[in-house]
Amino acid sequence: MTPVPEHTVLTLVVFWPLAAALVLPALPRRAAVAAWAAASAADLAAVLALWTAYDGPGLAYQDRVRWIPSVGAGYHVGADGLSLPLLALTALLFLCCALYSLRTRTRPRAFAALFLALETVCLGVFAAQDLLLFFVFFDLSIVGMYFVIAGWGHGDNARSALKFFLYTFTGSLALLLGFIALYLDAGTFDMAEITRRPVASGGGLALLAIGIGLAVKTPVVPFHTWLPPAHTDAPAPGSAILAGVLLKMGTYGIVRVAMPMLPDAWRRYAWVAVALGLLGVLYGALVALAQRNVKRLIAYTSVNHMGYIVLAAGAAGLAGDAAARRLAVSGAVTQMVAHGLVTGALFLLAGVLHDRAGSYDLARYGGVARAAPRFAGLLAVAAFASLGLPGLSGFIAEFQIFTGAIGGGAPVAGALAVLGVLVTAGLFLGVLHRVLLGAPGELTPRVTDVRRAELAAVAPLLLASAAIGVAPRFLLDLVEPASATLIALVAR
Amino acid sequence: MTELLPELLLLAGAVAALGTGLAVPRGRQWTGAAVAVAFLLAALGAAGWAAGRPDATAFDAFTVDTATHVTRLVVLGATVPVVALAAAAFHGHPRETEFTVLALLSSLGTILLGASSDLLVLTAAFLLASIPAYALAGFAKDAAGTEAALKYYLTGALFGIVTLAGTTVLYGLGGSTSYAALHRALPAAPPGAVAAGAVAVAAGLLFKAGAAPGHFWVPDVAEGASPVAAAYVTTIPKAGALVALFRLTTEVVPDVPQWPPFLAAVAAATMTLGNLAAFRQANARRLLGYSTVGQAGFLLLPVVVAASVPAARAALLFYLAAYAVTNLAAFAVVVATGRDALADYAGLFRASPALALCLAVALLGLVGTPPTGVFVGKFLAFAAAMRGGYGWLAALAVVNTVASVFYYLRWLAPTLAGRFGPSRGRSLPGATACAAAVAAVALGVLGGIVR
Repeated sequence: MTPVPEHTVLTLVVFWPLAAALVLPALPRRAAVAAWAAASAADLAAVLALWTAYDGPGLAYQDRVRWIPSVGAGYHVGADGLSLPLLALTALLFLCCALYSLRTRTRPRAFAALFLALETVCLGVFAAQDLLLFFVFFDLSIVGMYFVIAGWGHGDNARSALKFFLYTFTGSLALLLGFIALYLDAGTFDMAEITRRPVASGGGLALLAIGIGLAVKTPVVPFHTWLPPAHTDAPAPGSAILAGVLLKMGTYGIVRVAMPMLPDAWRRYAWVAVALGLLGVLYGALVALAQRNVKRLIAYTSVNHMGYIVLAAGAAGLAGDAAARRLAVSGAVTQMVAHGLVTGALFLLAGVLHDRAGSYDLARYGGVARAAPRFAGLLAVAAFASLGLPGLSGFIAEFQIFTGAIGGGAPVAGALAVLGVLVTAGLFLGVLHRVLLGAPGELTPRVTDVRRAELAAVAPLLLASAAIGVAPRFLLDLVEPASATLIALVAR
Repeated sequence: MTELLPELLLLAGAVAALGTGLAVPRGRQWTGAAVAVAFLLAALGAAGWAAGRPDATAFDAFTVDTATHVTRLVVLGATVPVVALAAAAFHGHPRETEFTVLALLSSLGTILLGASSDLLVLTAAFLLASIPAYALAGFAKDAAGTEAALKYYLTGALFGIVTLAGTTVLYGLGGSTSYAALHRALPAAPPGAVAAGAVAVAAGLLFKAGAAPGHFWVPDVAEGASPVAAAYVTTIPKAGALVALFRLTTEVVPDVPQWPPFLAAVAAATMTLGNLAAFRQANARRLLGYSTVGQAGFLLLPVVVAASVPAARAALLFYLAAYAVTNLAAFAVVVATGRDALADYAGLFRASPALALCLAVALLGLVGTPPTGVFVGKFLAFAAAMRGGYGWLAALAVVNTVASVFYYLRWLAPTLAGRFGPSRGRSLPGATACAAAVAAVALGVLGGIVR
């Protein structure tokens, strides 16, 4: 190990991609994306090293710098069992997107620089231990993704990008008002301090503002309408990051901010989260069933999958068996990772289809398995992972969520949510049937098999999903103590 | 006299620049600007030196405290890039140096406006800040500029008279024009008359700040005057006027219960009118004009709660500094590209990445995106308003901020695609834009350390 003081190591991990982005203009155009991949790979290695060296529970790798001392806000980062899995997910997804983009021709240097900056922003959200810092990164993720969609998207991308910006920016400002309300109560923006002395009673308005902010980002039905157009018109790596990382910021905010800092209000209004989560699960699954555009379909399954997380977070706030509620939170965190991996892979595979044939229309494909066997294999694994097949990550997550919800305070909602799995199973089998099997479709002749770089981008995501599915202990050992801490905090 | 050293240096700079302009031939008129910048930098140094000294009062009418220090630094610091932009834009113009001199004199008036603690000095400062600015607006002597200057002048004359009337009323009620004496005497006077007098005094200040109801001139001047003059009058007078309003709120009428609701109504109307009117603009400068009206509404937030929330002062002063550099960056990009129609900005990112990046920083900065300075300013302003019991106003400001995203992005979005037409390629305005954009980000990142 290099002689880096322990407290700066997380700061280095967070800002390393940004530093790499700043040297990109000095590199030749062709080397830009390769440099992005190298920088992201190094960052992933560093995050994994942090994961291995972490001996929780509690915050590790903390770093503090004064920023706006007059309001008790500062630069404060740290990592624990809730944030480390998401940091690793972020680093892995960005690496895979870099590999996927190796052949990018349109302004590759700006593209790589933008993604590297976005990587710093995303890592920053999950590492921030100060509400204002959290907000800064949260808000910048919107700006970065706006430029990705507006600059490199296709179709009606200018409009989708604007819609994305307006909706999610509204949410983030609601979040800011909620944070200010927390600050006015606690006199500081430091997350650890606010968590130590949470808002004792009331806090309903603060939770409303924070809840709206996080709900838009997650997205929770009925705040989800920005998501399908943004996904459809974004470039494939943009969709993968948007679904895989940016959506997680909403649910991460729930477990990091809303639940531990407003425990009283959360317990009081947990049924709202349960209801909205269930609504998202069922609505997302049913609307996805009706989609012909593969990207819109994946987008709506995201609404469905994020619904499970919100449902679990709500169930964890209701009265009930503590062990079951801990299980619900572990399931929620596992689902964040699982959804990030699998949906990232699905969007990259959808990008392969669009790259070859220029269309997302499912009806125009068919019999692709014969023409592109490796693509078919990857799509099949990703689809099964997404529908929750045992042996893959989605099953581990959803099993915990259902058990936690049914055994905890929300048995009816938990039981109804199982229907969502049924619908998505049918839905994904339908997609596999339509795209991979049957007679060749109109665009099938143009579909060639995945290239090596694309394989290298998608395979690690599915391998990680399988690793969690088969041997989940390495993840759960990290998450479960953090879930137990969180449940203890909510119960105050 | 040392209390007034920065102001004296500024005055000397105006005189020296005028003398230089008279002495050198037309081809070397830039030396006038150079002299002005040298004096501005000296005044900045003096202001920085003064900031480390204890608070003082000169002639019982000129307060030297933190608010004055920041007003000085913001006004002087923002005048430097304006002089640089003017030197590039009016190079070879027959009245090149006059622009610089007028700008310096108006800046002097603006500083006096922010520092005065006497109503008569306030009115004198108002005139000194305004009259050179009217001339700046009509500097190009073209139809649009003349119309803008006339509108600016007529609005200014009307609101100036109202301020004078308010001064008379308050003098009649309190027997003095000094803020301290008024503060002592006014509680005994009829509260309705006090409120009316204070509102009348505020009229001229709201006009200078470009806030409702004195905002009608802003879009016309922003579009009709030369871009550099537009940059000046939408940026610098705001600093003096808002600090003067702050003083009025905290030093004259802190106990008048109707005052904060009145200011809150003004702030709400200003931000809403400015933002809604900016929506459909196709001209970059007119859009920026309405945007500065909207920003004036946000800047009023800390003033509303100034009497009850101590943190409001820091919020206002920081926001003012951040707003000044960010707004100047946006105008500097307009000067550098020489384009007014939003559609003409298509392809800027490819043609001139640095300039496009400056524009992105400036516009997203005006939105209040972190980590720019305006974000910190807005955030402090929201926090102050919520602490002062004006949560509804903060919520309205949030709604307005979201609305503002829409029109700022209407300008930014075209830069990402399409082809940029042949450009004149001016280096000094481009460098100014970059410097201002860097300052806009630096203020945000180093926010707490600066203060």
